[in-house]
Amino acid sequence: MSIFKGNPLTLIGFIIITIILFIAVFASVLSPYDPNYIDINSILLPPSFEHLMGTDGLGRDVLSRMLYGARISLFVGFVAVGIATLIGIVLGSIAGFYGGWVDSIIMRLVDIMLSIPTFFLILAVIAFLTPSIWNIMIVIGLTSWMGVTRLVRAEFLSLRQRDFVLASIVMGTSNRKVITKHLLPNSLTPIIVSSVLGIASAVLIESGLSFLGLGVQAPTASWGNILTDGKEYIQFAWWLSLFPGLAILITVLGYNLLGEGLRDVLDPKNK
Amino acid sequence: MKQFYTLLFSLIFLISCSNNNSEVIDYNDNKISAGGTLINAMSAEPSNLISMIAGDGASSAIASKIFNSLIRYDENLNFTDDIAESWEISDDQKTITFNIKKGLKWEDGMPLTSSDVYFTWKLITDPKTRTPYGSDYTIVSEVEIPDEHTFIVTYEDNYAPALDTWASLEILPKHILKDEDINSTFFSRNPTGSNYYKLGDWVSGQQVNLIKNKNGILGVPFINKLTSRIIPDTSSQFLELSAGNIDLMNINPIQFKRVFPAKPKLKNKTSLYKEMGNGYTYLGFNLKRKPFNNKKIRQAINYAINKQEVIKGVLLGLGEPISSPYKPGTRWNNPSLKPYAYDPEKALDLLKEAGYEMSSENYLTKDGKILEFEIITNQNKQREMTAVLIQRRLKEIGIKVTIRVIEWASFVNRFIKTGNFDVVVLGWSLSLDPDQFNIWHSSQQGPGQFNFVGYENKKVDMLLEEGRRELDLDKREKIYHEFSKYLLEDSPIVYLYAGYGLTAVNKRIKGIKSPAPPAGIYHNSYDWYIPKSLRRNELSDK
Amino acid sequence: MIKYLIKRILWMIPMLIGISLISFFIMHLAPGDITSSEASFNPKASEESRQKLRELYNLDKPVIVQYGLWLKRIVSLDFGNSFASHQRPVLWQTKDKNGNIIKGLIQESLPITLLINLIGIFLIFSISIILGTISAVKQNSIVDRSITFFIFVAFAIPGFWLALLLMYWTGVMNQWLPISGLHSLDYKSFSQVGQFFDLLKHLILPVSISMLSGLAGISLYVRNGMLDVLHQDFITTARSKGLKEKNIIFTHALKNAILPLITIIGLSIPGLIGGSVIAESIFAIPGMGKLFYDSVLMRDFPVIMGILTIGSVLTLIGTLIADIGYAWADPRIRKGLVK
Repeated sequence: MSIFKGNPLTLIGFIIITIILFIAVFASVLSPYDPNYIDINSILLPPSFEHLMGTDGLGRDVLSRMLYGARISLFVGFVAVGIATLIGIVLGSIAGFYGGWVDSIIMRLVDIMLSIPTFFLILAVIAFLTPSIWNIMIVIGLTSWMGVTRLVRAEFLSLRQRDFVLASIVMGTSNRKVITKHLLPNSLTPIIVSSVLGIASAVLIESGLSFLGLGVQAPTASWGNILTDGKEYIQFAWWLSLFPGLAILITVLGYNLLGEGLRDVLDPKNK
Repeated sequence: MKQFYTLLFSLIFLISCSNNNSEVIDYNDNKISAGGTLINAMSAEPSNLISMIAGDGASSAIASKIFNSLIRYDENLNFTDDIAESWEISDDQKTITFNIKKGLKWEDGMPLTSSDVYFTWKLITDPKTRTPYGSDYTIVSEVEIPDEHTFIVTYEDNYAPALDTWASLEILPKHILKDEDINSTFFSRNPTGSNYYKLGDWVSGQQVNLIKNKNGILGVPFINKLTSRIIPDTSSQFLELSAGNIDLMNINPIQFKRVFPAKPKLKNKTSLYKEMGNGYTYLGFNLKRKPFNNKKIRQAINYAINKQEVIKGVLLGLGEPISSPYKPGTRWNNPSLKPYAYDPEKALDLLKEAGYEMSSENYLTKDGKILEFEIITNQNKQREMTAVLIQRRLKEIGIKVTIRVIEWASFVNRFIKTGNFDVVVLGWSLSLDPDQFNIWHSSQQGPGQFNFVGYENKKVDMLLEEGRRELDLDKREKIYHEFSKYLLEDSPIVYLYAGYGLTAVNKRIKGIKSPAPPAGIYHNSYDWYIPKSLRRNELSDK
Repeated sequence: MIKYLIKRILWMIPMLIGISLISFFIMHLAPGDITSSEASFNPKASEESRQKLRELYNLDKPVIVQYGLWLKRIVSLDFGNSFASHQRPVLWQTKDKNGNIIKGLIQESLPITLLINLIGIFLIFSISIILGTISAVKQNSIVDRSITFFIFVAFAIPGFWLALLLMYWTGVMNQWLPISGLHSLDYKSFSQVGQFFDLLKHLILPVSISMLSGLAGISLYVRNGMLDVLHQDFITTARSKGLKEKNIIFTHALKNAILPLITIIGLSIPGLIGGSVIAESIFAIPGMGKLFYDSVLMRDFPVIMGILTIGSVLTLIGTLIADIGYAWADPRIRKGLVK
């Protein structure tokens, strides 16, 4: 794997993400308990051999909830970024390729979206759709495509001036083909990098939404809502905030290291 | 790497260390003296200090320290003097005469008389006043002020909650407000009142300072200054309390039961108080929907919910089960009623009587449809946890429950107002007056009205109407005991719990009654004091 | 270029109308209005009186009519009065007939948010330029990696969690710093200098927390920019002329590397006025984030619209500056834009 050569940080990021994905996929096998099993006789127990990460306010096993939470948090990240990237690629390609008034309209739409606070959009949508996991993913996706759009458009604008693109346009290749055969493949690097970084942000956004009570709702566990539950008892039940806090930290760190590493390796400028 | 390790170590250090600052304070000094500052925390800033317009909790908490009403509740929740020293009810029960104390003064020295009371009544009944609370006062058919010390109200029809409404109307000064627009007046941020405290200063978004009012019509308190700091996040409030920067805050059951016992240093400097709270939490059925129109189903669900478990799980035992919508221990509460016991077998029997059978997937079914519904509630940690516990118990007897948590304004407008819900978990206050007409009378089911569960019972309607007209307390008590019995039997809602109000107060504050009287610990807050040796070094404390 | 500028500025008018229209409808898409707050869910408050309130606030009219009324007021720069805080002006103070000054909501919150964000951005840029330059100069060394790692950790920590930990550590365990709020309770009795230091002490934690997440982006930007520049011809020329490496980095390279930062400054202008609800709630700071959040929950429409309008004007100006900076920095794109 040449990607990791010379940069141990990328490797660290890759390992972190692999482990976390593994945990998320095998959460049901790894969990010692049912994450939603309530035991009101063992509320807020500190970590022990029975409960490696202690128990929460309803006596649920924090480790099991963390494992299942990994699934939710990552799932939210992937789907949200998927939606954002898809919208971003479509709008960005159109704007960057055709230019003119289409470009103007799309870019002004981007500006409009950027100037309405994300949280306000999220709140309005959630108030209307009610906060299920799916809606949260959709909402985060629908409110974070602007960056990708700008990125793709900028790539297209500069690629369009390149000889090989100009040549194929002159040769009468159809627009769709130019986009899918030449422009998109050559813009893939920044898109991938920005998606990887986007997942990191989505994980953080979910925890912020949980803080405001707008995140993934009970009884489903996500790292964000475990952390929010735990913040109340930071000086007493430290295990309730330490583990989700670290989990978010490590995951986001992993995605960032991986994303930046990819950028360094794939970006021709750094060679 | 080094920075990261430093950071990591400091994090670990931070969590594992305990407070080493050992300052020894002797909290046994009990010498009463006037002076000192009490600092408390509130989660929201008051919107304005005219209660009839504000309506939010933070505003009324501050306003009630500044303004007086005609009468008030004493520590046992009976009526007692405030602006009026006494009151008489006419034989036909339609007229109430309030005798106002002589020589009362506003904080600016102007006399407080019956014309101020009349002015306030005019104000709240004025259609231009932006208040949602006017309806209790517009039903007054006639108001007279024969002299400065008499205020007479006459009702078309007997109105038993009348005294309660006069205990909750804060009297405003006519001499200041007569030419002001109540809806926008600066008075709301710079009020002139008559009670123990007056507004010192108000730093927007940060703190409200009240200082002793020397003209207070009920006397002068010991503590000089009340500072209310606005700290929205309760975790931050608790950190401030731990550091000794605030003296008083409302706490939650986990803090009460678990955090304090585990933190001896914090426990040594703080007293914990619990009192009967002001509200109860319930599970309400939409009686307009199948299958909840069937009493047997409602009762079955009632039997299938383990209230003790909910109280233990959600409140760590710091609450009580109830069987009527009144505060346990008050006269309106019918002591002969008992909550539905936790009895899953009985629940199953009732459901089978209603035609349900257990399917192969362990769900109760009737005509091929399984018994399932959605519990909706607003974003409230305790209600969420309650719903989760109920979901589990109902699953055990074969009922499939999903939970949906919704932001408040959407919750009310999309689900409650439109009647578009199966089951809700919500709370009502345990009102001091027993009248529950607006909540349970069959005429109160329109959109935006409060009988949104759609309860209809002719006998209950009659009792509620009767209870509104009966001013004799003993007769009234009988009516509401009867009403509570029907309500429990019909089970339109499942009473879940009435939680205790929990307060942590720094031990420097003395004079708090424990155990708390029915009216709660704040009832005698003007008798609280801070011994000289325990005061902070306050520059501003003269 | 000038034609492009004029075009962009003209575009701002329909865009502002668009933004306000969209905001207005989103606001009304979320169910509820000022009369449906949790406090008004009270059997003592009758539905008729709530209906009356709705009429007084024009909330019973169709949304498009309400929008028209709002638009009519806003052209004369009248942002209206808040529903929830007793008719206080949304934007700027007014005087009542007795000469009392009633402060505007934004007027009170904005300076606080602005102060925190300006200090924050200043620190972010200073620290990032230092870290980014070191990283680039020592490319691929242990120092470079450590810096990258550190800034990513700073980015990845959930802010409110770190904030609470720091508050506990510096405020409860060791009473070094105040925990929350902007002033000590008796700050009014301090001297001017005393008040300044008191405020500074209260700002240390909130500013540090708000700064952490911003470091990563800008540091990397500076690092990559610096690397680009260091590989360019004029640097190589300078080196071959025998100029000292220090000189090359500080006089030639750095200047060229941080010029594109103008773009980012443009994009961070709107961020200057939008506070963070979470940080403000935790630190009990009455800033724009909390004001906006509370207004949304209360459905205090005039305040919501006021903040959104000011925010979008600034955002549009910011993106314009960013685009111009971008075009100016990259001639390839300039061509694309002009065409």
